[in-house]
Amino acid sequence: MNSNLFMVIAASAIFYGTPLFFAALGELLTERSGVLNLGVEGMMLIGGVTGAWASQHIGGTSWFVVLMSILIGTSAAALVGLLHAFLAITLRVNQTVAGLAITIFAGGLGLSSYFASVWNVAQRPATHPIRFLDVGGLADTPILGPIFFHQNILTYFSWIAVVVASIYLFRTRVGLQLRAVGESPQTADAMGINVVKYRYIHTVIGGALAGVGGVYYSLAIIPTWVDGMTKGAGWIAIALVIFGFWRPDLTLAGAYLFGALQSLSLTLKARNMHINGDLLDALPFIMTIVVLVLLSGGWAKKRLGAPASLGVPYEREER
Amino acid sequence: MNKRLTRKWLPAVAVLGLGVSLVACGSSKSDTASDASTTDTAAATADTMASTTDTAAPDATAVGSTSWDTNFTPWKDGKPVNCKPATGPLKAAWIYVGPINDGGWTQAHHEGLKAVQAKFGDQVVTTYKENIPEGPQVLTTIDQLVKDGNTVIFGTSFGFQDAFVTAAGKYPNVCFEFETGFKSAANLSQAYGAGEDGDYLAGMAAGAASKTGKVGYLAPFAIPEVIRGVNAFTLGVRNINPAATVQVVWTGTWFDPAKERQAAESLISAGVDAISSAQDSPAAGEAAKAKSIPWVGYDSDQNANFPEVWLTATTYHWGVYEVPRIQQVLDGTWVAGDYYGGLDDGFVKMATFGKLVSADTQAKILAKQAELAANSGSQFTGPIKAQDGTEKIAAGASASYGDLMGMNYLVEGVLGDLPKS
Repeated sequence: MNSNLFMVIAASAIFYGTPLFFAALGELLTERSGVLNLGVEGMMLIGGVTGAWASQHIGGTSWFVVLMSILIGTSAAALVGLLHAFLAITLRVNQTVAGLAITIFAGGLGLSSYFASVWNVAQRPATHPIRFLDVGGLADTPILGPIFFHQNILTYFSWIAVVVASIYLFRTRVGLQLRAVGESPQTADAMGINVVKYRYIHTVIGGALAGVGGVYYSLAIIPTWVDGMTKGAGWIAIALVIFGFWRPDLTLAGAYLFGALQSLSLTLKARNMHINGDLLDALPFIMTIVVLVLLSGGWAKKRLGAPASLGVPYEREER
Repeated sequence: MNKRLTRKWLPAVAVLGLGVSLVACGSSKSDTASDASTTDTAAATADTMASTTDTAAPDATAVGSTSWDTNFTPWKDGKPVNCKPATGPLKAAWIYVGPINDGGWTQAHHEGLKAVQAKFGDQVVTTYKENIPEGPQVLTTIDQLVKDGNTVIFGTSFGFQDAFVTAAGKYPNVCFEFETGFKSAANLSQAYGAGEDGDYLAGMAAGAASKTGKVGYLAPFAIPEVIRGVNAFTLGVRNINPAATVQVVWTGTWFDPAKERQAAESLISAGVDAISSAQDSPAAGEAAKAKSIPWVGYDSDQNANFPEVWLTATTYHWGVYEVPRIQQVLDGTWVAGDYYGGLDDGFVKMATFGKLVSADTQAKILAKQAELAANSGSQFTGPIKAQDGTEKIAAGASASYGDLMGMNYLVEGVLGDLPKS
């Protein structure tokens, strides 16, 4: 068994950081459009329970079932994203309240548990879980192999997603327009950009990506649905967006850091090293607060990427 | 302006209201007799095992043979509390820390509710609240349940205890059943069982399954009942392999599936080749399955879900206690006291053995099970040494009930510190 400490922690950081990254990437795109979505946790749980349901009800080859389950879980979470978009963009309700309501309504005590009980998905291990997938012969490469090439399909997909999202945000015209919508919807509107359309699309994508994170929990981490199984991952994802300065690459690094710190604390304990695990567990949150303090300065806000109109509903007549 | 404000806030309030109301229906259901028809498969399989033991050990107290009340002691000066409503059916409520399908602790308590409902039909209306966070705020949940007319309330997580003590003073005519803690009141009972007897037996299975003598253990919090479990398990492991060690990792959570799996992986990567998890979800089994490491679960029979790695588990059967207690309420004879069930009355049972437990090991475990059923806690007969080598229980002496309930040290053979509280 390969028990090199560094490799164990690195592989674990990637495995447990991936669902955080997906949810955070979704939140990042939503926030870049100027919409704050605090419903991530609820959307992850809806995605998770729907994905688990799909994996038990779809027939076919393992690959087909896995892909369909991911797709169905993602679509369900996207629908919840659409609900948030309707509330936040069309009805222009307070986005904090709407997001919290969605987390309560869809989350650990609400709709996801309700679906789990009416669909009878709880405590039934998935017959087609998302498994580790070795890339060619690369998984046998020393050191890098087990870390980078012995992961599951969603992890590989997340690496594609981070590149695509970075190019999209910073190298394309649409991405530029998206950022304009988040910075100053008035200006964007004056330039002829359809603010409502941009915000709708990115809130729905945000929900969908939260759903991918949720499916990761119910089909990859423990391929069994358990009520409330994300256990606050949605909130960590929201913190990660801030931690990553609203940039996909830094958010990915942040997600791995969160995963690594938790793994480090547990791994050191398992090797009977005397450490205070509580402090390590709290470290990511302390760092998030530090970033928030940094951002409170006007200069930092301008330089570090916080969308200026985040959480502010846009109304044309209010110009 | 006024109109616009209304337009902005009304939907938000409406959504919040919708959310809250849905939470209410999602988390609180009143079971009727017809709902309670689900078969308790875990209990059924464990029953089969218990009956095997009956034949294996005819001389000792047969497992599951004695009545629950041999394990019940009323509080000193305890008087009957009448908590039966003058008219209408008795209303009883359960407050859970987790979801009813957690595959562990809460699910086991919910089986107790179902047993009560099945037994009493329309004489009793049962209600439950799930996913209630630990802490003083549980008092508002109790207030609500009392307001709804519930006169028997079961609290099922350690962190609810202080609120239950407060509530017992506030509502003297409500019967409070606490599972599990240690504080008492005229109308507050405590119930638990000798999980440490099952943990010892499970430890024997793990000790036999480990080739290297390095066993791992996932423990939630360093409270006496968990410490007792770690110690009993370790003694069981060392019964089979005296040189074996048990590496413990404190997870700091009862229920967090992802963290539980991650913690199990950390133990496996550190080189243990058998693992036990005292967590509320079967997540550790997933880590064990991925690396083909024999696994002892907790409070739920997962043999069917993890046949490749399953050893056994300690399971609790709350109906053994809760059903007769409700009967006492109906009879007007309910007295608060302390219940400590065991293998003898069927409150504690071992889950089915997985295929990794050899016939030889099974025989050893069953023989020890008969011994523990007759003499619960006897695995803590001295000499018992703490990790640092100091003697805690002298040679030949047995641990008192108080020693067991207040256990605050790890025995020799356990690796890992007790977290400082």
